[in-house]
Amino acid sequence: MDYVLLFLRSVFVENLALTFFLGMCTFLAVSKNVKTALGLGVAVIAVQAITLPINNLLFSFVLKPGALSWTGSSSLGALDLSYLGFICYIGTIAASVQILEMFLDKYVPALYNTLGIFLPLITVNCAILAGTLFMVEREYTFAESCVFGVGSGVGWALAIAVLAGVREKMRYSHVPAGLRGLGITFITVGLMALGFMAFGGI
Amino acid sequence: MSQKKSLKQVLLDPVFNNNPIALQILGICSALAVTTRLDKAIVMSISVTAVTACSSAAIALIRNRIPNSIRIIVQMTVIASLVIIVDQMIKAFAFGLSKELSVFVGLIITNCIVMGRAEGYAMQNKPLPSFIDGLGNGLGYSVILISVGLVRELFGSGKILGYTVLQSVKDGGWYEPNGLMLLPPSAFFLIGIFIWVLRSFKPEQVEAE
Repeated sequence: MDYVLLFLRSVFVENLALTFFLGMCTFLAVSKNVKTALGLGVAVIAVQAITLPINNLLFSFVLKPGALSWTGSSSLGALDLSYLGFICYIGTIAASVQILEMFLDKYVPALYNTLGIFLPLITVNCAILAGTLFMVEREYTFAESCVFGVGSGVGWALAIAVLAGVREKMRYSHVPAGLRGLGITFITVGLMALGFMAFGGI
Repeated sequence: MSQKKSLKQVLLDPVFNNNPIALQILGICSALAVTTRLDKAIVMSISVTAVTACSSAAIALIRNRIPNSIRIIVQMTVIASLVIIVDQMIKAFAFGLSKELSVFVGLIITNCIVMGRAEGYAMQNKPLPSFIDGLGNGLGYSVILISVGLVRELFGSGKILGYTVLQSVKDGGWYEPNGLMLLPPSAFFLIGIFIWVLRSFKPEQVEAE
């Protein structure tokens, strides 16, 4: 039951894109049509689901103060490597993204071409790193971090798909010239975010 | 093409003509989250500018030795090391601020501006132009960050850098603080409006219908 709650919370209440404003760059740039947006959403879910558990293991068995005590050596056991956190997490993330990129290039070239430069940019998608940082900060267990990884990925994918839907409809409306494209998207996301703040009370 | 541009152009282009936030849509996450107060925005701007400039220069130095298939990992490692340095510096010299910025200093690693410049410019150019390009993009980011921070702090709490400018009703003044300005959605509205203003002056940036 706890896991279900955690999942729902990470999808709606603590939606990475709309409550924490993470992963905005790709969020705004790739939301022009629903199909690409969904593709990217799926990619983010996959990367989140892979990297969070790995980083969780990394944190509990290598980086945490005293985490190396399983080696049995007392000098290793006394080490606190948490300051190396950033570089290790990002290493894991970059590696998984690169593998995903090679995989898509080989087996799903159509999606690979549509995602273009934004696939390597998943590495620098703040949502992914932030997922890991939140996981470390909130001290999730391994199972919880799996659930949180999938949940936060789904939440992000949901938000980008919704925004893409809105933007597809918006193509038929008359937007002031200077606001066209990016400007109006910002304002739309702002309104969506206001809407999502309503979930905060649950 | 970029090789032929003078260094001055490389520096100034990203500030208004090709602003990373307003035109390239990069590095927005932190622009939204750290702009509730001006001092946070300034520290963040300096950090991002420093990291972007140094990482671009470093990556340009080793660009011919990076195997193409693992370039992202190499770039991330360079950037992450620089961010750890910045993080430690902020902790040493501005501890209070580092507490408030918390996760977002770490998130400079994933700031798309840094990565975008490394991937899009430093990989094809010499160290000096790359450094200048990083600096220029950092400045372009700072311009927006600081203006948004200024507006949000001024109208959200009636202060600038902690000094009261608009006396709020609570303290016996006349100004009713606009609470929305302190909530994240306002940053979206402000950046949207900023883009509108920028594009009204530079009509060539308007997107086709």
